[in-house]
Amino acid sequence: MKFDVIVIGGGPAGLAAAHAAWQDGCKSICIIERDKELGGILNQCIHNGFGLHFFKEELTGPEYAGRFIDMLRETGVSVRTDTMVLDVTPEKQVHVVSTANGYEILEARAVILAMGCRERTRGAIGIPGTRPAGVFTAGAAQRYLNIEGYMVGKRVVILGSGDIGLIMARRMTLEGAKVLACVEVMPYSGGLTRNIVQCLHDFDIPLYLSHTITDIQGQDRVERVIVAEVGPDRKPITGTEMTFDCDTVLLSVGLIPENELSRAAGLEMDPRTNGPVVYENMETSIPGVFACGNVVHVHDLVDFVTAESQRAGHAAAAYCTGVSPAAAPLLPLKGGNGVGYTVPQHIRMENAQDGVSVFFRVRAVYRNVKIVVRDEKGTQIAAFPREHLAPGEMESIKLPRVLLDKAVGALTVEIEEGSERA
Amino acid sequence: MTEIICITCPKGCHLQVDENNDYAVTGHSCPRGEAYGKNELKNPVRTLTSTVRLTGARIPRLPVKSSAPLPKGKIFEVMRLLDDVTAAAPVQCGQALLTDVCGTGVDIVATKSFEAAP
Repeated sequence: MKFDVIVIGGGPAGLAAAHAAWQDGCKSICIIERDKELGGILNQCIHNGFGLHFFKEELTGPEYAGRFIDMLRETGVSVRTDTMVLDVTPEKQVHVVSTANGYEILEARAVILAMGCRERTRGAIGIPGTRPAGVFTAGAAQRYLNIEGYMVGKRVVILGSGDIGLIMARRMTLEGAKVLACVEVMPYSGGLTRNIVQCLHDFDIPLYLSHTITDIQGQDRVERVIVAEVGPDRKPITGTEMTFDCDTVLLSVGLIPENELSRAAGLEMDPRTNGPVVYENMETSIPGVFACGNVVHVHDLVDFVTAESQRAGHAAAAYCTGVSPAAAPLLPLKGGNGVGYTVPQHIRMENAQDGVSVFFRVRAVYRNVKIVVRDEKGTQIAAFPREHLAPGEMESIKLPRVLLDKAVGALTVEIEEGSERA
Repeated sequence: MTEIICITCPKGCHLQVDENNDYAVTGHSCPRGEAYGKNELKNPVRTLTSTVRLTGARIPRLPVKSSAPLPKGKIFEVMRLLDDVTAAAPVQCGQALLTDVCGTGVDIVATKSFEAAP
């Protein structure tokens, strides 16, 4: 079976990308989703706070997904749920398997990768101790509670201060659990300030910064955890240990873009984002294969996933109609001092008539600094003052075309040297 | 004097609010922060989101929210009311499941539509 565009993943990224491609006139689009319904992670994110940028109102996760699902219903976009993609080839053949249709090879003129990300687990961070029941990733616990209807525990310690962990601290508290502590190894929180306030402060849940779990104890079920302060080297400090009697540990220790398909397809990957390297229009190193959302880099706000995915959808539609930008001239982009990565990693000048928005994360908390963009000769191309920057909040700058034209060689985005860290 | 962190924008200003001096706010860097500080101490409100039991659908829980922010002090009271609510599919997003909870004038509404399971 042949489509103009195949979208892999029916979460917020896939929904927005498919809709944008349809709007641009693509008439044969298929979304492939492994779950039983569209919506992705938004289905279990029942809290509100989504959509302030895109819909200009505050929605819950299911409401945000519902709006896009309703918009797609008005289109001829086809959807295959309960279908797993096994392989994407550079020739844009998509191998899928499902109970309903068995094994099939679908063909597309353009493929949009929108597989999202998954959580880091206990194994990924290597917490010592026994291996009892009661250790969950925060997102797994969120699914159990909000979709399946199971409480995963009564006395909870949360490791990591990512947003899902903070949201689950509030959620478990509302459902009658006692959340004893949120423990963060870094000296700052990885979550949004409003989640720290509304999920921890509201319920007097202590946040221990520069602390970590050094031992999980218990035979069949978690019985207690040992928490210790860490030094600047992030190693536990002897003598600072505290014991928490608990039956559950939730892990909110980071998200990893889910790129098995991308790697197997041979896409060029960026080791800093763990996602594919992308051009200004979200095209990857294979022409006609696009990527968007958390599979490219982990976002904090779904609104930005939507915006990025619409760019990918529009670009895929343009590719199908034969409008493809020339590879040269090419402007590579990279993160410098204090900047962890940039998306996109390359700008094709021909495709940047209106300038380019660049997304990135900083490595530390800064106050009253300048984000500067330099070219290969060290000439400052642009500067953007910011009152506040934090690793937990994705940052973006808009580079106008006139400034791009002045650049000689690769661009570096960095925090001005000598800046004061907060 | 109470110290709170402003959540109006990502800067996170540390506000001091003086309850004994007409809720005077210091530490803010914009007018929105001042308003936030006053409201947070005079009349803090939160939108409540949770789930209720759901029958006749593909999954057993229906996500819900309060149709408007509730007084912070009423949150646990409303949570207890939700324990006794059972919705039956089909359900429409926005459909009210409880009205005027705890005399607040606020409803509890579904945040997702469910068809009846075949």
